[in-house]
Amino acid sequence: MKIAVCVKQIPDPASDYELDPQTHNLIRPEAQILDDTDRYGVEVGLQIADANGGEVYLVSMSPSGTLQGIRQALAMGVDKAVIIDDEALAGSDSLTTARALAAAITKEGYDIVIAGTESTDGYSGLVPQQVAGLLGVPALTYATSVEYADGVVRIHRQTADGYDEVEAATPVVVSVTAGVVEPRYPNFKGIMQAKSKPVDTHTAADLGVDPSVGQKIVSISPAPARASGTVVEDEGEAYLDIIKALEEAKVL
Amino acid sequence: MTWVVIEAQNGAPTTAGLEILSKAAAGGEVTVVYVGAGSDEEFATLGAHGAANIFLLSPADDILAPTPVAGALCQLIAEHTPGLVLFGATYDGRDVAGRVSAELGLSVVSNVIEFSTEGGITVTNEIFGGSQLVNTQFTSGKTALALVRPKSFTAAETGSRTPTVTPVNLPDGPTASVTARHAQASEGPQLESASIVVAGGRGLGQAEHFGLIEELAGLLAGATGATRAIVDAGWVPYSKQVGQTGKIVKPDVYIACGISGAMQHLVGMKDSMTIIAVNKDSEAPIFSVADLGVVGDVHQVLPKLIEAIKAR
Repeated sequence: MKIAVCVKQIPDPASDYELDPQTHNLIRPEAQILDDTDRYGVEVGLQIADANGGEVYLVSMSPSGTLQGIRQALAMGVDKAVIIDDEALAGSDSLTTARALAAAITKEGYDIVIAGTESTDGYSGLVPQQVAGLLGVPALTYATSVEYADGVVRIHRQTADGYDEVEAATPVVVSVTAGVVEPRYPNFKGIMQAKSKPVDTHTAADLGVDPSVGQKIVSISPAPARASGTVVEDEGEAYLDIIKALEEAKVL
Repeated sequence: MTWVVIEAQNGAPTTAGLEILSKAAAGGEVTVVYVGAGSDEEFATLGAHGAANIFLLSPADDILAPTPVAGALCQLIAEHTPGLVLFGATYDGRDVAGRVSAELGLSVVSNVIEFSTEGGITVTNEIFGGSQLVNTQFTSGKTALALVRPKSFTAAETGSRTPTVTPVNLPDGPTASVTARHAQASEGPQLESASIVVAGGRGLGQAEHFGLIEELAGLLAGATGATRAIVDAGWVPYSKQVGQTGKIVKPDVYIACGISGAMQHLVGMKDSMTIIAVNKDSEAPIFSVADLGVVGDVHQVLPKLIEAIKAR
């Protein structure tokens, strides 16, 4: 069995994100980290492979840079990584990203594709379903629990007021929420091995992906800020300030 | 021509869908693609919010709807070539928009809070947790797709009109089966529509302390909410999550207790009328959006607050 896990290298969310004023693209440093929410997908892939045998590989579209984020995921125990790194893909929209990922996944082969529900930096939340659409397979989305047995993937799919039990036979795309499993921490051996694991790199042209996008950013502006409020230090009586605020809001 | 895709929830159009429909109908004639059983009452609701025409898609209950719905929508778009198709950013809305985008090669923009069809199609969306606004034009000349954040507009009835209804068959194709559905019943007002929300985060320390949140919400006749950190930790069900991947709320009063204010949480509540925050860390980002910030321990402040309200 072959399991592809889509992961993303992102600028550290603890730093301030900036856009290039000319291209409107997010400025990405050389050293990008693994999107924390991707650790859950990696863990799900590894657990399915551990229990059923098979190979797990990473698929990622981003400037390789130092590959720090990719090595973080490899250190968890993944066999190898496939990267799509091409300057022509900078500023891609979700559809172009999905086309690149789907092309790389088709080339490598797959039974199950796993992705996070959305990335932390761009959070369009579209890519997993777009990859499934391009591959022409069902998508099991927003999984809060994933099980695999006898060629069928079963998930709990988050809904507005609870969850549904949903299943589909492989090949299938699964998108997972953070919290679906407890991701393992890489051990020392894993971190050392990750340094020498294979990382294959493709360009858009290698994969036959057209990098053009059908949308153009015309302007960017700061969102209107909220008027700043009052901050009080609690010395035992601050609940009275809350009472007052609730009275002013006519809640009490 | 603008289309709005709206799904039914518990036998009625979603509020997220009606909000978008109301806004779109103010700018011209709107066709609704409605995913649900479709009763006269549902059609009347859609008509009252401005729908001129309805395409009705009714998926069977035991299949996962987005894939076949997207298949039918692709055929409709190919046949009628609408300029703009709008979706609510619900779970199914995101799935359908993504699938249609992939199958027809159409560009789609997420997190949209405003749109215009005058002089080309332009949408405004939020990035970086809502701190920046981006205006995007669709340049391909093909149908534009946009996912609109709930609560960006107000749902409004503008009169009664009887829309024409055209049932559409769903195509066969790869799909997933739904074998069981579970609704996690919650007492009191619904989180999305409550005028008061009391929410808790990791600063509560442990799952049992969410009881403080429930007690305060109960006293104020409000709904309870939670951060991603504590729903992921299993303290409360996912349906309580406020934020990017959870519910977008805009109550009169939002009381954030032990919540630091991660980007993805702020996105879900920053447009509340009055925000009150209690957190130990004076540097917590939640204080940047709070009208009243209390730097203090929720375990000290909340019990006193609860007692004082009870004593009134």
